[in-house]
Amino acid sequence: MKNHPLRIEPFGQRAVLVEWPAQVSESILAEILDFVDSFKNLGLPNWEVSVAYNSLTLVNTRQNIDFEQVKTQILSAYEGIKVKTKHSNGFLWKLPVCYEEEFGLDLKEAAEVLGMTIDELIREHTAYQYTVYGIGFLPGFMYLGGLPQQLEIPRRKEPRLSVARGSVGLAGKQTGIYPQNSPGGWNIIGSCPIPIFDISKEQPCFVKVGDKIQFEPISKAAYDLKKIEAEVGIYQPQKKRLNA
Amino acid sequence: MLKVLKSGFFTSIQDLGRFGYRDMGVPVSGAMDTEAVKKANQLLENALDAAALEITMTGPTLLFEAPTFICLSGANISPTLNNEPVSQYQVLKIGKGDILSYGKMENGFRSYLAIKGGLETPVVLGSRSQYIPITQKKCLKDGDELRYEETVAFEPALSGLKVENKFQQNELEVFRGPEFSILSDSQLATLFAQPFTVSEKNNRMAYQLAELLPGHKYSMLTSGTLPGTVQFTPAGRLIILMKDGQTTGGYPRVLQLSEEAIGLLAQRKFGDSISFKLI
Repeated sequence: MKNHPLRIEPFGQRAVLVEWPAQVSESILAEILDFVDSFKNLGLPNWEVSVAYNSLTLVNTRQNIDFEQVKTQILSAYEGIKVKTKHSNGFLWKLPVCYEEEFGLDLKEAAEVLGMTIDELIREHTAYQYTVYGIGFLPGFMYLGGLPQQLEIPRRKEPRLSVARGSVGLAGKQTGIYPQNSPGGWNIIGSCPIPIFDISKEQPCFVKVGDKIQFEPISKAAYDLKKIEAEVGIYQPQKKRLNA
Repeated sequence: MLKVLKSGFFTSIQDLGRFGYRDMGVPVSGAMDTEAVKKANQLLENALDAAALEITMTGPTLLFEAPTFICLSGANISPTLNNEPVSQYQVLKIGKGDILSYGKMENGFRSYLAIKGGLETPVVLGSRSQYIPITQKKCLKDGDELRYEETVAFEPALSGLKVENKFQQNELEVFRGPEFSILSDSQLATLFAQPFTVSEKNNRMAYQLAELLPGHKYSMLTSGTLPGTVQFTPAGRLIILMKDGQTTGGYPRVLQLSEEAIGLLAQRKFGDSISFKLI
């Protein structure tokens, strides 16, 4: 650990960008999360942090900052990372997905493009654990890494004006869930009935960067049931602690 | 209650923003012209983050159902109280049944209405700022009723302010963004030598500029973005993220507006000219 050259740059008057080498790497992500713990342990007020892949954006919510002073604090937090990896309390979330044609608008076409049957595509998509490398773009949108090469498919030529909340998509090296109705160009292969971002919960987004996601195929009947549970707020996404 | 008889083009409830949820992808939101809303709240001796109305381009028609005091700031959209013109940056006494309406936009683009004690709409994730899906609505609709505390007597320490608006200032102060160094000499020359025009694609999320720079093929991993981040698309388009802007993005961040420049840009509209000054 702590053998990476960090790039620490001012980002306007109130933020600092800290960059690790530009790789999608679990070990870099783990080090960033360790760093976040270490930075939070400094107890500095009014800082927000957001992690995405190889970078960390630190934003002061109140005032303009003295970059050199913050840089010193960052370096001290980096030094303060415990040698033994400390940040290991993430979860593996098993998220149900219904791959019926009603939801998987592009499932048939995607299977054809990928040269597999629909069943094979579903089996592949649900076989892997995807790492959450960031949450952004829209509230609750997860950037997932670890899609197998055999599922890489180009975006749709024309984006849809509206993709339904919960839609599960494939595009390039990415797979993910649309947390809200929004325009989108991903190939839609199914739908997850559980809201990733739910404003009625004290913790609106149960997933955190560093967690893992595995999709589980469910029937339409199970989907309908979970959808009702989600509407009344009693859903319990299945989870397992990682590295326990 | 403050009754919305007509909502205007785009009128929303805004305070200074929603903090602490960036890691879930929640934009900061809040008033686009922070200085304007702060001044109005200061004159009313409110908390600086008291919720106010942000009024865009054409104003609403509002009925006050209880006495209070208000202060108007930002763009001048010819406000009238019971059909009599009223001044901005002045504490105005409001009686039960008074009607505030607006006329022609004289300058700027976003106007603010602060009210004594602030609007008391529900707080969601620490803020009253409207943003879907955090709040149910993105802006006011005709017939909405907004709660506020009645105030009969108030002696302001300062009844008004003379504020020189900066709506004619085209120059936006910018810092180098994290990917500034990818800019070629020809891109740099275009970026700082010419004015840009605000395109019709401008809203609380982002302002796109009409003129293109020479394009690029730089690709990067998605990383953090802020209000005021200037994104540079491969086609050469400049997109300036604003208060409802996404928290992460995959386009190179070539510039970052100063906090003051964000407020200046918030007062610019389709067809207006801006330029960048590196500091």
